[in-house]
Amino acid sequence: MGFRAGVITFPGSNCDRDMAVALEAVSGEPALRIWHGDADLPTNLDLLALPGGFSYGDYLRSGAMAAKSPIMRAVVAAAQSGVPVLGVCNGFQVLTESGLLPGALMRNSGQTFVCKTVPLKVENTSSLFTRGFEPGEILRVPIAHHDGNYFADESVLDQLEGEGRIAFRYGEPVNGSRRDIAGILSANGRVLGMMPHPERAISPAAHPSLGGADGRRLFENVIAALVNA
Amino acid sequence: MKVRILVRLKPGVLDPQGRAVHHALEGLGFEGVKDVRIGRMIDMDVADGTSDDALNSMCEKLLANMVIEDFAIEKLDSEKEPA
Repeated sequence: MGFRAGVITFPGSNCDRDMAVALEAVSGEPALRIWHGDADLPTNLDLLALPGGFSYGDYLRSGAMAAKSPIMRAVVAAAQSGVPVLGVCNGFQVLTESGLLPGALMRNSGQTFVCKTVPLKVENTSSLFTRGFEPGEILRVPIAHHDGNYFADESVLDQLEGEGRIAFRYGEPVNGSRRDIAGILSANGRVLGMMPHPERAISPAAHPSLGGADGRRLFENVIAALVNA
Repeated sequence: MKVRILVRLKPGVLDPQGRAVHHALEGLGFEGVKDVRIGRMIDMDVADGTSDDALNSMCEKLLANMVIEDFAIEKLDSEKEPA
């Protein structure tokens, strides 16, 4: 079916392999691995993924340095031309720092790194990434972050709500995020940033405490949407 | 030219780090601390004649995140070199 996904690796990314494995497991096609110093992206990409980790050691602010790296100029241009982009955890931080998504991810309100599997409420079921979910459905997906406290002005939050761009909310208090936001979409619905790690929840064989398989459905959604487009 | 950039959270943005440090100061027995806000200081040595526009642009594009932070630019004279 020729599904072409690219996974970008920054210095300090550590979920890039997991992301590539998840994409390959669901699509049957190996994901292209892209290095941050590359100036150009491979052509004809169906999907770009920005993985979790600690790019550039979280220097200055989480995601700030990666957002200014050469490859991100190409990612921003690709996203603006309609290439779907999935940013997970540090990838979400890079997306906000690059301006592809609004708001910012601040230090967790409890000050501590939070690493556990949490309930996620599905809010949007129309995007490429979420159309296979039921409205209000509760997924269980692992989180692991220190800076996941989503912040935006009230007017931006109202706009996100009004345009149906909140993809997921936490089903329990996690990190102090405004309006319990765990993931948001771009205005055209083709860029998704989320703190939880769907790529860590792709194996039906995995015990729920090891992530479960709810994350796999997100990859099934987006790959099916793009392959059948 | 030595330039000092002060980056701090905008008023109204919750500062969990500052709050934790505030509690720690209270725990050490210091009284009368009403609030603690933590920011970042960036010292730079830039070419003489670097324009204010260029310095502002550096802050807006990279050094501060304008969603949550404000910045102030202080030009230091030679007697007041950064420590």
